[in-house]
Amino acid sequence: MDNIVIETKNLTKTFGNFTAVDHISFQVFKGEIFGFLGANGAGKTTAMRMLCGLSKPTSGEGKVAGFDIYRQSEEVKKNIGYMSQKFSLYEDLKVWENIRLFAGIYGMNDRQISEKTDIMLKRLGFESERNTLVKELPLGWKQKLAFSVSIFHEPKIVFLDEPTGGVDPATRRQFWELIYQAADQGITVFVTTHYMDEAEYCNRVSIMVDGRIDALDSPKNLKQQYNAQSMEDVFQQLARKATRKAD
Amino acid sequence: MKQFVAFVHKEFYHIFRDIRTMMILLGMPIIQIIIFGFALSTDIKDIRVGILNPNEDMTSRKIIEQIDASEYFIVTRYLQTEKEIDKVFKEGKIDMVVVFSEQFSNNLLHTGEAGIQIIADATDPNTAKTFTQYAANIIAAGQQGMVSNGNIPIHINSDIKLLYNPQMKSAYNFVPGVMGLILMLICAMMTSISIVREKEMGTMEVLLASPMKPIFIILAKAVPYFTLSCINLFTILLLSVYVLHVPIAGSLLGLIVISLLFIFVSLSLGLLISTLTKTQVAAMLASGMILMMPTMLLSGMIFPVESMPAILQWISHIIPAKWYIMIVKKLMIEGVSISFAWKEISILIIMAIILISISLKKFKNRLE
Repeated sequence: MDNIVIETKNLTKTFGNFTAVDHISFQVFKGEIFGFLGANGAGKTTAMRMLCGLSKPTSGEGKVAGFDIYRQSEEVKKNIGYMSQKFSLYEDLKVWENIRLFAGIYGMNDRQISEKTDIMLKRLGFESERNTLVKELPLGWKQKLAFSVSIFHEPKIVFLDEPTGGVDPATRRQFWELIYQAADQGITVFVTTHYMDEAEYCNRVSIMVDGRIDALDSPKNLKQQYNAQSMEDVFQQLARKATRKAD
Repeated sequence: MKQFVAFVHKEFYHIFRDIRTMMILLGMPIIQIIIFGFALSTDIKDIRVGILNPNEDMTSRKIIEQIDASEYFIVTRYLQTEKEIDKVFKEGKIDMVVVFSEQFSNNLLHTGEAGIQIIADATDPNTAKTFTQYAANIIAAGQQGMVSNGNIPIHINSDIKLLYNPQMKSAYNFVPGVMGLILMLICAMMTSISIVREKEMGTMEVLLASPMKPIFIILAKAVPYFTLSCINLFTILLLSVYVLHVPIAGSLLGLIVISLLFIFVSLSLGLLISTLTKTQVAAMLASGMILMMPTMLLSGMIFPVESMPAILQWISHIIPAKWYIMIVKKLMIEGVSISFAWKEISILIIMAIILISISLKKFKNRLE
């Protein structure tokens, strides 16, 4: 199928005796918002790092944007965007300097950058903040900016590692609007989160327990399958089976 | 290449936006040179001398006059008994006592031998060593003059020649030391902190997930600190030549080449520290403990390495700054050709190779 953008088969990562990610296999389709859930220590960050080319798998196969994650990690990196758990912009750079830096790293030329910067700032309503140092922005604004920067170079896939941590509900709502806009443009969104209400916004959700993917389906189907009222219930039922301690 | 330039730009922004750190980085060499050059001078002057002379002859008196006449010494006391020696030292009224043996001039004239004892307060061993040497020189010169007077009717002027640093200026010792310290500090400490900051802030992850090659991230970080080091090197040399009047006796080009080599060693050390630490505070402490203290104390900048216990001398061998300071002393103060420093230079090159290979390997491993 042409519209598979992420595909893994028995992807595994071990650290010594510890199996952080245990033979996971799944597919993600183009333009999808794919929620990647799991308790702390379930292995979701490790799995995501392998998909981003930040860490080499111990065994198994993986393809991201059509490139092999073992041999073509450089190509993978060119086609993805990444927003880390911690805030991922430079606080002591101005808004436009951050945009120019990251766009430059992804190889965009000056004209493209300045045109797109105008459009992006306008869409976010940030025109007046162009020359503001990032550290002077409120947290919610920073997160929205960080997300916009991570998809500035129009990647095929964007990986978001707990992007809304510490943000108020209203801003989270706005943040998810941005995610929907990105998905409408055809960018696949791969997102980890702790908030179960956010899981409801995803097209499909996978739940990791002890390094394995124990459930993978649309939120609606999962709720039916587990006879639950909300994703919170589904998650609790699965997480109770975990034997591994959260780190 | 465009990526690289964009990244170097960003590194310069970090430095320029942090005015306080930048002022420290650029001001520190100036302040250190001035402090070490003037305030912390170890130049010896006005050493208080006590004399214990049981004789009343011309010869001994002449020697005493010569000691008193020198700019290093002032004879402040004449002691009567040996017991007094201990007392004046304990009271801290005297730095050195010169004791003449009984029948000093008689013995000297008839047997050709007479004893003088120099007793010094050696709580500060380096200073004591220096000024007792001066005193011995003055006495030796006095004796010589006297004996020659007896045989040949000419007077021989005493001529103490101290090689390379005739005025015993401490600046000659400190300038190379400050150069070593500043370059080490800026390159190693600032580079490691700046890399670790990215780890701490989480921006390193984003960079590593981007198509930018890790080696370019490191190189781009090195560029601004390299530039700053060059500015500082220039400031230190200007100050030492025009303010402290320490000449550059040897080749300026050689000095610059060696400094670039040392900067490279320091940058590699900084990279190594950055791969071993996780937080900025840890990086700062590690640089402080591993680099600053040993560099100041063991590099020969303040205390001569030769007078240290054997174990400290061994430790001092692994401090890059020690070798750099030795080369700079040779090139700058002694003015010898660069070929005389081949041993120190090869040690620095070996250190550079070892450090950069360990840290690049560590850096790659960490990505796993």
